[in-house]
Amino acid sequence: MEHLAEVKNLKKYYPAKKKLFKERQYVKAVDDVSFYIDKGETFGVVGESGCGKSTLCKTMIRLTEPTGGSVFFNGRDIASLSPEEMRLMRRHIQIIFQDPYASLNPRMTVRELIKAPLDIFSDASEEEKMEEVFSAMELVGLNREFMNKYPHEFSGGQRQRIMIARALILRPEFVCCDEPVSALDVSVRAQVLNLMKDLQEKLSLTYLFISHDLSVVRYLCDRIAVMYLGRIVEIAEKDELYDNTYHPYTRCLISSIPIPDPEVKRHAMILEGDVPSPYNPPAGCHFHTRCPYATKECSERYPELREVAPGHSVACHFAEKIREGRA
Amino acid sequence: MKKEKGIKGSYFQDVVERFLHHKLAVFALFFLAVEILVVIFLPMILGLDPYSIDVMAFGKGPSDTHLMGTDDVGRDMFARIIYGGRVSLTVGILSAIISLIVGIPLGLIAGYFRGKSEIIVMRLADIFMSFPSMILILVLASVLGQSIVTITVVIGVLGWPDFARLIYASTLSVREKEYVESAKAIGTKTHNIILRYIVPNASAPVIIAFTFRTAQAIITESSLSFLGLGVQPPAASWGNILYYAQSISVLANKPWMWVPAGIILIITVLCINFLGDGIRDALDTKMSV
Repeated sequence: MEHLAEVKNLKKYYPAKKKLFKERQYVKAVDDVSFYIDKGETFGVVGESGCGKSTLCKTMIRLTEPTGGSVFFNGRDIASLSPEEMRLMRRHIQIIFQDPYASLNPRMTVRELIKAPLDIFSDASEEEKMEEVFSAMELVGLNREFMNKYPHEFSGGQRQRIMIARALILRPEFVCCDEPVSALDVSVRAQVLNLMKDLQEKLSLTYLFISHDLSVVRYLCDRIAVMYLGRIVEIAEKDELYDNTYHPYTRCLISSIPIPDPEVKRHAMILEGDVPSPYNPPAGCHFHTRCPYATKECSERYPELREVAPGHSVACHFAEKIREGRA
Repeated sequence: MKKEKGIKGSYFQDVVERFLHHKLAVFALFFLAVEILVVIFLPMILGLDPYSIDVMAFGKGPSDTHLMGTDDVGRDMFARIIYGGRVSLTVGILSAIISLIVGIPLGLIAGYFRGKSEIIVMRLADIFMSFPSMILILVLASVLGQSIVTITVVIGVLGWPDFARLIYASTLSVREKEYVESAKAIGTKTHNIILRYIVPNASAPVIIAFTFRTAQAIITESSLSFLGLGVQPPAASWGNILYYAQSISVLANKPWMWVPAGIILIITVLCINFLGDGIRDALDTKMSV
């Protein structure tokens, strides 16, 4: 089956300040990442802060230019499109940003914000556009009386609804969600997540869903990739990932999900130390400095992503051993 | 309709409200408004003529016929101050507009596109700002001829770096905002990103600078005219009225010929500056995010 989107060897390096007499260093925010997303599915990407999740998302849809690699969308490599071709492509690919307090132009009314994509891509008359704006507002649960208000008059949850209406009004095929609920109050998170789930069904959307919250990802996603320092360390179907974890880092993350029951004693794997500096990631497996199973080999050779079970890939030399040792 | 009136369009209302709290600025605005109305309409109403010569009164003090006296050639001082106000205010405002028109696009381009345009525009601005501008204006005014138009254009064009640097600086910060990225994400064309997203969010400091620039242009025009290089008689401006004060006998014995023009000039510039302060305080909030 043809994948809706396929990312191949995507790289995004940020040049660090060059020091005199030293070679220029790069922060490898996204380093050689490959995955695919099928039509209608929700693909989750998890990882801790600074691991390159957001960069991956923005590089994939070319809001930042990739350093290398390609992104196929319906079989077309969008990484090689000209800026103008890319601009036209954007009607099929949208993004929902993390912080609805920053992503809405404070000088535009709700109506202008939601109508903006139509003004760019639609030839419809002004009345038809307004009809679409109203139906989009209804779709995301915004009262149409709000249309002349400015974003700062809304709560975070409502702002994110405005953002969603704006992203979906052109009926895109693919939506990147860059931690869409992490800036929201816990009380409205569930509402927004459910809204996104409903809309996915109604409009047959495909999501790339980025989050650091494993319970959110588990709720929403079909397949999940785990990132650590710019690389994917494990990809699998949701249930496979949670029940059949191979990579030690993923096991750490999963064991750290809080369980809302004071009776349950948890055996969380607490990681030692901090995330290494992305300027100078450790040689070999990036995770070996914190991995309880690390051996000499881990510090010498980077483990390539390899399939350990159908649809389940892991980047760890000892994935099977670690798994069996646990069982 | 159950719209909460108090909240709707509240950004503009907030600004107006904060401005109204600034008493000095409100007074300044009022004063300037009256002044502008006066210099436009009073001559028509009273039939003032700044050029007609009263042969009965050369350099006479205030009297019934000449409220503020006459100058050495017998022209009515009151009429000349009103007409001078027309010229001085026009030169001030127009040259600030010219600075704005030249400076804003350049600053926007430099700030938004960065790269080569940034280097070219900003270094050019640095070069312009390191000229001793008064000398340059003197030279240009004498080379290009001393008319009101030349003065306005020269002062205006030389003022562009102020605006360019201001809008450049705020563009640099606004272009990194997520809403600009969001504009790109929906496929907005570059010129619309600049016009609809950058300009409205980056122009608060420009509005303030515009008032200060106007005040400064009025002073520059007056200085030039005082030196005899600006607006040429018989046309009147506050600056060339002050030119009379170069004569020691006028300075000492005929204060009606220069004191009123000097006072109105100072008050006007002061008021424009107060107005600028008021606008700055009104705009200076978290809303500029």
